[in-house]
Amino acid sequence: MDFPILTTMMLVPLAGAILCLITGGGAARVIALASTLATFALGVVLWVNYEIGGPQWQFQESLDLFDGFTYALGIDGISLLLIMLSVFLMPICILASWDAIQKRVGEYMSAFLFMEVLMIGTFAAQDLFLFYIFFEAGLIPMYLIIGVWGGDNRIYASYKFFLYTLIGSVLMLIAMFWMVATAGTSDIPTLMQYEFDTGAQTWLWLAFFASFAVKVPMWPFHTWLPDAHVQAPTAGSVILAGVLLKLGGYGFIRFSLPMFPDASADFAWFVFALSMVAVIYTSLVALVQEDMKKLIAYSSVAHMAIVTVGLFSFNVQGLEGAMLIMLSHGLVSGALFLCVGVIYDRLHTREIARYGGLSINMPYYALFFLLFTMASIGLPGTSGFVGEFLSLAGIYQTSSLVALICTTGIILGAAYMLYLYRRVAFGDQKNADAAAMGDIRPREWAMMVPIAAVVLWMGVYPESFLAPMRADIAVLDAQISAAAPASDAELAPGTPRDAAANAIEFDSSEGEH
Amino acid sequence: MDFSASFLLVMPELVLTAAGLILLLAAAWGGDKAARGISIVASLVFFAVGLMLVPSLHTGVDGPDTLAFGGLLKIDTFALFAKALIYLAAIACLVVAPAFFNGPAAGEERGMRAEYPVLILFAALGMSIMVSANDFMTLYLGLELNSLASYVLASILRKDQRSAEAGLKYFVLGALASGILLYGMSLLYGFTGGTDFASVRAGLDGELSIGQLFGLIFVLSGLAFKIAAVPFHMWTPDVYEGAPTPVTMFFSTAPKVAAVALTARVVFEVFGGQVAAWQQIVMFTALASIVFGALGAIGQDNLKRLLAYSSINNIGFILLGLAVANAAGASAMLVYLFIYVVMSLGSFTALLMLRDEDGDLYETFADIRGLAVTRPVIAWMLLVQMFSLAGIPPLLGFYSKFVIFQATVEAGLVAFAAIAIAASVIGAFYYIKFIKVMFFDDAVDLVKGKSGSGHWVLLILTGVIVSPLGYLITGSLKDLTDKAAAALFVAV
Repeated sequence: MDFPILTTMMLVPLAGAILCLITGGGAARVIALASTLATFALGVVLWVNYEIGGPQWQFQESLDLFDGFTYALGIDGISLLLIMLSVFLMPICILASWDAIQKRVGEYMSAFLFMEVLMIGTFAAQDLFLFYIFFEAGLIPMYLIIGVWGGDNRIYASYKFFLYTLIGSVLMLIAMFWMVATAGTSDIPTLMQYEFDTGAQTWLWLAFFASFAVKVPMWPFHTWLPDAHVQAPTAGSVILAGVLLKLGGYGFIRFSLPMFPDASADFAWFVFALSMVAVIYTSLVALVQEDMKKLIAYSSVAHMAIVTVGLFSFNVQGLEGAMLIMLSHGLVSGALFLCVGVIYDRLHTREIARYGGLSINMPYYALFFLLFTMASIGLPGTSGFVGEFLSLAGIYQTSSLVALICTTGIILGAAYMLYLYRRVAFGDQKNADAAAMGDIRPREWAMMVPIAAVVLWMGVYPESFLAPMRADIAVLDAQISAAAPASDAELAPGTPRDAAANAIEFDSSEGEH
Repeated sequence: MDFSASFLLVMPELVLTAAGLILLLAAAWGGDKAARGISIVASLVFFAVGLMLVPSLHTGVDGPDTLAFGGLLKIDTFALFAKALIYLAAIACLVVAPAFFNGPAAGEERGMRAEYPVLILFAALGMSIMVSANDFMTLYLGLELNSLASYVLASILRKDQRSAEAGLKYFVLGALASGILLYGMSLLYGFTGGTDFASVRAGLDGELSIGQLFGLIFVLSGLAFKIAAVPFHMWTPDVYEGAPTPVTMFFSTAPKVAAVALTARVVFEVFGGQVAAWQQIVMFTALASIVFGALGAIGQDNLKRLLAYSSINNIGFILLGLAVANAAGASAMLVYLFIYVVMSLGSFTALLMLRDEDGDLYETFADIRGLAVTRPVIAWMLLVQMFSLAGIPPLLGFYSKFVIFQATVEAGLVAFAAIAIAASVIGAFYYIKFIKVMFFDDAVDLVKGKSGSGHWVLLILTGVIVSPLGYLITGSLKDLTDKAAAALFVAV
């Protein structure tokens, strides 16, 4: 591939961002929408041209521009899907902010477009330091988005988000220096093949974990997330939940697992323990929330715990399941935040008790909300089911105890989501102003329909999403399976019986009577 | 080496001396009305002198050919690099000065004085001598020339109490530090029998005696004062706050470069055989500067004071590169120094643009609330500088920390690097406070004063260098600093 499509995908939003900053006002909205749609179109071209079963790394570009690291881009199936998720959600975010953002529109739109550049860069970077730069640079636009356009307590939330994530990442940077000094290259594909000394792996793994665990976020490093989500504007929450949380999972699958397989196996139970606590604890916390956004934020922590469990189950099902949950959660939690945003725009409150009986006056809204609620619970036929099923199937092979507890979490997930839905959409119309709200408008249709379509597509025919990454997951699995932690599900194969179990003993010598 | 070759080597210093003397006469005859003209001439002199450095900087020079006057001075690539940086910073400080002093409401006592550019010239001359010193005598000569000019610069607003206080404080504490340094030098002379770097180094061979160790520690303490490293940093916030802002900008750039370069030369060329003796001192100073610089800044409300603590914090990172004690560390240190100078110039220029209608400066956080709405360009440039100072990618400040930590980790000092980088997060807290105040708070719209075109040019230029575009120069910058650092380790 000669055409540098990945660079182009980053330049288009970058140009849009600069234009938005200059023009400002209403024109910025149009520019932002146009450039995100153009990027999405390029993303579709990327996916169509991606050769499934082809070379592991495709669309590679490399330019020796800087001292110390290279501008090297390239994607495999895992990156491809996460890039697609980012570019798919971005135009929807712009639409979601169309009317909601009225002050400093140019700066807002350009912050989002910068964010898009950085997200694509993070997933496409093939140089360790280039990855770090993109990964870390996302702090700047997100800090501004929360701080300038956020809710009442935005200053506290923005500081917490910034400092929490920064302290996690800096230790990873030190580990990266050590790795590059030892391996002699900062090329990610080469480093994925490099075998680090087992003792060193432990420290490196911990340093990377510090960063990714905060990003995912894993219990007990999750406390920044509810604050950031609640205070961020709707589109900020969508991007935060949809893509930024996936950076942590991507980090585990791209760095921790292939580069430090032994340490990953040693720490697998540590991860399981944190994840089990997260699934149960944050689900219970979500159950008692009065604020819709906070509830969905806590549900994100619970869902991401299933992701980490799947990742560290060290088998193909677990890894594929984790990837699918990440994609599905990106869509579903994004969509749920949009649903909150739709009614927040009308009533300017996120308090659950202020709503009720919305299915009467907003039937289409209630329909979409129901679909996404069900997808979040993991109803078969929606995207949530496929990922959770695979992930739990994967972990069941490693530990039935972890599978048991995580499945309990899924049941709790059904409880808090259905409870939320009942309070918002069903029951009596307690508040006159909530009862007077109009149904979703064309702009909101345009936000909901694409996500709903993909959620159903992923639920009914997940093969489209599994196919691009199958080979990459297989490579990863082959690389790490040797280090896999002991499983409690290894049954000893017995000798096969001669006949079927229900065959009746029959003595032919007795003859007929 | 004959005398004429020596004169050729110190041509920049000769030009600066001549220009300084002539302009001093011009100042005496022309009075303060000639201040602007003298400033322009002085900037041109710096520019011309800077150009003289380019050819040898490009090819790189080291070894015996660089010694002038029988080894009193050493004009190698390292000295050239430091000098170029000093001259650039001096030009910037000359460019911003007239608009600051001659505001709309400036009277007799506020107006720009003709001595300002002359003092900058002499200070820069002193620094040139400092960075090329190869003998403790020349070192002290340069240091004092620079210091004396600086004391006067700090109190150049004679009628302003804070300026006078800053000058006095700087003088008293500076004299004390010079005394400490001189005492250390005399100890070294007594115990080694020489003042030139090579013979002191030879005299320090083998086990250090108590007297030699005291000499080493006194010299390092005196130098630590000049670069404002913890625990000799206490004068910095007061002097930075009290001195007129263009002078503060000067203090935080050019003399820092000179003192850091001098320290590097002393530790590598004089104490190069005794790394174990000074490495832990520098390590402690580096970590302490990072931590105290960051903690001290948190409670500050005055922007200049805050930037003073920020400069202490940055010195910590620069010393981190020095503590690595090899060429890679020295090279990283020079990269950091360059980027630090650019960031300092940028942020002080932005502070200089925060003026009311009368041209008086605003100096506290309360005055710049909501600046992003009222003066977006200044606010965005300040944002870029602050995130860069905090070391957040993709801004160039990240690259400066990147090279420092890379050198540290490659030298095996992993735990040291981990502590330092964790401490750097504390620093991020007050840098992002700038952003919070300018972008998140409601606008107060106090900043209404107009700024000179020189300010705008400098603001945008430093902003562009610090932006991701700056990464495009990293390749050639690293080549240059590698050459400069290598020159330090060439035995003569």
